[in-house]
Amino acid sequence: MLLQQLINGITLGSTYALIALGYTMVYGIIALINFAHGEIFMAGAFAGLFMVTVLKINIFLSLILSMVFCMIMGVVIERIAYRPLRKSSRLSALISAIGVSIFLSTLALMVFGADAKGFPDNTIPLIQIKLGPAEISSLQLLILGISAFLMMALEFIVRKTKIGKAMRATSQDYHTASLMGVNVNRVISVTFALGSSLAAAGGVLVGILYNSVSFNMGLMAGLKAFAAAVLGGIGSIPGAMFGGIFLGVAEVMGVAAGYSSYRDAIAFAILVLVLLIKPTGLFGQKIQKKV
Amino acid sequence: MLVVENLSVSYGAINALKGISFEITKGEIVALIGANGAGKTTILNTISGIVEPKTGKITYNNKDITRVVPHEVVKLGISQVPEGRRVFPKMSVLENLEMGAYTRSDKQGIKQDMAEVFQRFPRLEERKKQLAKTLSGGEQQMLAMGRALMARPQLLLMDEPSMGLAPILVEEIFNIIAEINKTGTTILLVEQNAHMALSVSNRGYVLETGEIVLKGEASDLAQNPDVRKAYLGE
Repeated sequence: MLLQQLINGITLGSTYALIALGYTMVYGIIALINFAHGEIFMAGAFAGLFMVTVLKINIFLSLILSMVFCMIMGVVIERIAYRPLRKSSRLSALISAIGVSIFLSTLALMVFGADAKGFPDNTIPLIQIKLGPAEISSLQLLILGISAFLMMALEFIVRKTKIGKAMRATSQDYHTASLMGVNVNRVISVTFALGSSLAAAGGVLVGILYNSVSFNMGLMAGLKAFAAAVLGGIGSIPGAMFGGIFLGVAEVMGVAAGYSSYRDAIAFAILVLVLLIKPTGLFGQKIQKKV
Repeated sequence: MLVVENLSVSYGAINALKGISFEITKGEIVALIGANGAGKTTILNTISGIVEPKTGKITYNNKDITRVVPHEVVKLGISQVPEGRRVFPKMSVLENLEMGAYTRSDKQGIKQDMAEVFQRFPRLEERKKQLAKTLSGGEQQMLAMGRALMARPQLLLMDEPSMGLAPILVEEIFNIIAEINKTGTTILLVEQNAHMALSVSNRGYVLETGEIVLKGEASDLAQNPDVRKAYLGE
């Protein structure tokens, strides 16, 4: 029973982690909470759904194409909604982000309608695999596998590649990075591209998991992932991964313990607790004012 | 090599630079001395492209670089060792040096320059796997200098390399500055420590609240009674 809940929780949590990574990466570089990030997740789910149902493309290819689609979308959003406000107050960019969020969810409502849509039943052949007393479905395995692969790929990019090093340098010291010859605008675009593609993957996977894609799915998922990013320490990549999985497990355990009507409240209760007890999050660093 | 003409910069209502002109010839060490708030760092950051000037012109190797963005300035051969070192705290010594060579793609040359930096600063090689934030102040200064050298600059801008260092380290750092200059790198040195700065420089400019009030040969400036009074504690 406990093992079963743990499997369910980690599966759900890994999708939160995929979304949380985008929040944390963008915050790490330009100190902006990208409130439109949840809507990118929603757009990713719709893009995947559209390709599977209308264009009849294989689910894996659809997943990749949806990631590419959102990559472009993230870069374009940054270009038109955030970059012109780079030198204004942080509040202006935040309000712009909320505006983009409302715009995208309303656009989805107009294009796809208000009712939730589902992926076709045979998108992923469902097989239950016995794991001692618990069971894991082929879908859960797939979600875990894809999430783990994407997070490892991200870790590789950030740790080992030149652009990844430039991203870390920029997040640690914006001006000094530009003094090294880093094109900071390009680094910011790449950050949005990577974060948005992970959110798109999360969107497609969640869409299949719940068999439901709707215009407002980005709101709750985005807020929970934001809570996960804060729990892990906003700006920290391992923190977002851990925070997402922790939140997923906590939510599933809470439901299993009988508090199913508080399902969505659990994440926010944790958010409030973190902000009260350790505002920098588990992996976060003390914010040092630069002189 | 570098000609700055009538440069003015303001931050909102505050005029940080009020029409500054100076020049640097290839092979020189030029010192810019002045008290806190005189505008020394603003000059370097305007050359590097981080700060945009209100008026004036900066010419480098006969090319107008007044409004060139920072990463393009680096590609033209101008590197900066920023004030307060500004090493990347959560990156290793090795990664910091790699960031210095960011604009380069000649792997062989980078490797060779890395070896040269380690030869100049053996302490950095001993600590190459450590995170930069674990280094002492002197080691961080060495790392910041090594990092700037990794770009193979023709012109090196140094902002207060002596800041917060013990006197014996200050001397070591200035010896290294003179050595770097001997290998053919032109240096613009910004310092509050006028005595040390003038001792290694060819020429100097004295800056006061955004204006150049004195200029001349470094040895003459060091003898100038006004300079001695204001900056050498006499």
